[in-house]
Amino acid sequence: MTDARAIAEQTARASYGRLLAWLSSRSRDVAAAEDALGDAFRAALESWPKTGVPASPEAWLLTAARRKLIDGARRQNTRTLSTPALTLAAEEAESATRADKPFPDERLKLLFICAHPAIDAAIRTPLMLQTVLGLDAARIASAFLVSPRAMSARLVRAKRKIKVAAIPFNAPGGQDLAARLPAVLEAIYAAFGAGWDYEAGAEADQHDLTGEALYLASLLTELLPDEAEGWGLFSLMLHAQARKDARRDNGAYIPLSDHNTARWNKKMIAHGEAALARAWRFNQPGPYQIEAAIQSAHAAARLHDRDVTGEIVLLYRQLVEIAPTIGANVGYAGALAAAARAKEALHLLDTLEAARVENYQAYWAVRAHILERLGRIEDAHSAYERAIGLAQDAAARQFLMQKKTGLGV
Amino acid sequence: MKYLFLLYDDENAWDTMEDAKRNEIFGAYMAYTDALRNSGVHISGEPLTHSREGKRVRADGVQDGPFADGKEQLGGFYLVEVKHLDEALEWAARCPCASLGHVEVRPIWNIGD
Repeated sequence: MTDARAIAEQTARASYGRLLAWLSSRSRDVAAAEDALGDAFRAALESWPKTGVPASPEAWLLTAARRKLIDGARRQNTRTLSTPALTLAAEEAESATRADKPFPDERLKLLFICAHPAIDAAIRTPLMLQTVLGLDAARIASAFLVSPRAMSARLVRAKRKIKVAAIPFNAPGGQDLAARLPAVLEAIYAAFGAGWDYEAGAEADQHDLTGEALYLASLLTELLPDEAEGWGLFSLMLHAQARKDARRDNGAYIPLSDHNTARWNKKMIAHGEAALARAWRFNQPGPYQIEAAIQSAHAAARLHDRDVTGEIVLLYRQLVEIAPTIGANVGYAGALAAAARAKEALHLLDTLEAARVENYQAYWAVRAHILERLGRIEDAHSAYERAIGLAQDAAARQFLMQKKTGLGV
Repeated sequence: MKYLFLLYDDENAWDTMEDAKRNEIFGAYMAYTDALRNSGVHISGEPLTHSREGKRVRADGVQDGPFADGKEQLGGFYLVEVKHLDEALEWAARCPCASLGHVEVRPIWNIGD
């Protein structure tokens, strides 16, 4: 994508998100607001890259959507009739575009409503991607391995729930903010994780939502600049994204220890370090900051030839204390093995509940690696088998098969 | 819920493939089948020979394979039993055929239900 095109698309998405936040928080009807703005947004995506971004993007979108917004109430036979509340909100939005200030940004309300406890956790990320960024359901579906029709239906249901249950559109403060922020962070991180396995695939662009997720994380730090975990999440994502080009070589999977660091994006790493430094200043450690610190240590190890194995073990220990997820525990085991503490690592894996790791590919890959280090070649062989059978990504599968062959059984 | 995974890939690629590559793919399928079994979702599954060995039968006669149906042909199947469609899609995505060709996921029609 050319820069002009990328800027035009990003501006269109940002303006769309701001308008949708404005209209739906006043009309309390996300679906109707989307319906009203949808055609205008598609027209903007089509024409702005050619004609350039208009001086007031929101005013342009409102003008293009005018008939649907203002006259909607009169068109009795339309599928979703614009409500009086929506019409009124549109008129207010028009006045806001005339003021010589930037259009008000209420996207924080959208982020919070998408991750509201009343909304099913599995649909929070898709809902966020659709409402805040205007991504279409088919693209979201492909990243989440759901059929496009099923994804559309789930999104429609979630929006209906917001309307029927009258979930309030507000950005929480104080105690509420602390209670509800983790769900927002989790939903943003899930967008980043979706498609991670497919980055080298033929349909990589379809699956890869990392750019969109980075935008959401950056937006969150802009809208909530005093939240340490927001900066932690942003830092974690920047570090991971900075290594993107080094993770594959001609389609083959390359483990972190073998990355060609010349292919790392140093500017993005510096950006990630700055975000982490900003997070630490609040002195409120949390899981995302710790995970970012782990990635930061990995980067330092390779770039400055430092031994960070002990440091990473300590960080993981802290992580599993505050957030004992399966992923964190498997990461902890990997860190212990890297620090020549493979026996402890295996013991840790053995304590994890079998039902939760049965189909978790990373568990079997790490377990195989640890067993190999302990010289338990036959057990390592069957653990590699298990990891191979659960792999979705062809490059990861091939890498594991080479490791298994390397056992020489 | 029972689902049939229909595995489609370029069957002609197998003819010209180097042994090492073929063994690698066999290995991947074995590991995948074991993973299905370990999870208790596997009911059955078999690979099929090249479509040149297939026959199409209609009331008015028999046609010899191969069949000119496009680049990817049916080359195998799995029958699985999982809780819901999302789980079926997750398993289908792990199938080596999802990287080599494509996997069609079809719910089994329970006439009795």
